[in-house]
Amino acid sequence: MVEWTDFERATIVDIFSKMQYEVVGPAALARCLIVYPWTQRYFGNFGNLYNAAAISGNPMVAKHGTTILHGLDRAVKNMDDIKSTYAELSVLHSEKLHVDPDNFKLLSDCLTIVVAAQLGNDFTGEVQAAFQKFLAVVVSSLGRQYH
Amino acid sequence: MTTLTAKDKDAVRTFWAKVSGKEEDIGTDAVARMLAVYPQTKTYFSHWKDLSPSSPSARKHGITVMKGVADAVSKIDDLKGGLLALSELHAFTLRVDPANFKIISHCLLVVLSIKFPNDFTPEVHVALDKFLAALALALAEKYR
Repeated sequence: MVEWTDFERATIVDIFSKMQYEVVGPAALARCLIVYPWTQRYFGNFGNLYNAAAISGNPMVAKHGTTILHGLDRAVKNMDDIKSTYAELSVLHSEKLHVDPDNFKLLSDCLTIVVAAQLGNDFTGEVQAAFQKFLAVVVSSLGRQYH
Repeated sequence: MTTLTAKDKDAVRTFWAKVSGKEEDIGTDAVARMLAVYPQTKTYFSHWKDLSPSSPSARKHGITVMKGVADAVSKIDDLKGGLLALSELHAFTLRVDPANFKIISHCLLVVLSIKFPNDFTPEVHVALDKFLAALALALAEKYR
């Protein structure tokens, strides 16, 4: 089981309580599709992803980005058992969506960068460490059911 | 890996002009974050008296690293040639596992995102990510 310090728990809850999901989610997913264009392979039916402007303005990207962030909510509310919280989602990403788990790390790096821009100097090294630890647990849980 | 296009190089140079004057702050913040977020990186600095992210050694190292990155920007048209000496240093003396180049690059991008929330657009991000990856490759050139 993952051990969380009080600081880490409080930090994660705080970040997500203040987050505008419909801003951060779309920005993070768009950034991922732009910075790591091979990730576009999973979104063949999303329409126009031809350039950065198209991706940033794409409504399907925005909707999906928001969905992903709301998915993270579940982990925030169940920090002591993220593994079983995401068991079903892990199976979905493996069996149905066939997403290479390396992509989870790419998205989480982009999310970190977007959150950093939002929080500015409040995103200290200690806060970043807590945030990235949380995302690492999420990423690991999502990859758990792959076989 | 990919080569840097003219558009990439332009984006890097243009953005770097904005960084001018803030290099020390950025470098020290990036190294501090690296040590805080990826504690395994501290293994390379066992010779420091104080391994905390805000220590004088860490700050000094941040400045050193950032000078190297700034130098690389000026040599962006020939990273392999321009960084030969630095590559030999990293290969034969420092022997830093190249996986760590990705770590410091990520920390650097986080700092840039904080300091330039409006200028660090996705387009600038991808150009810088490519540049830092190319820089890492040039540094690892002499490893084996």
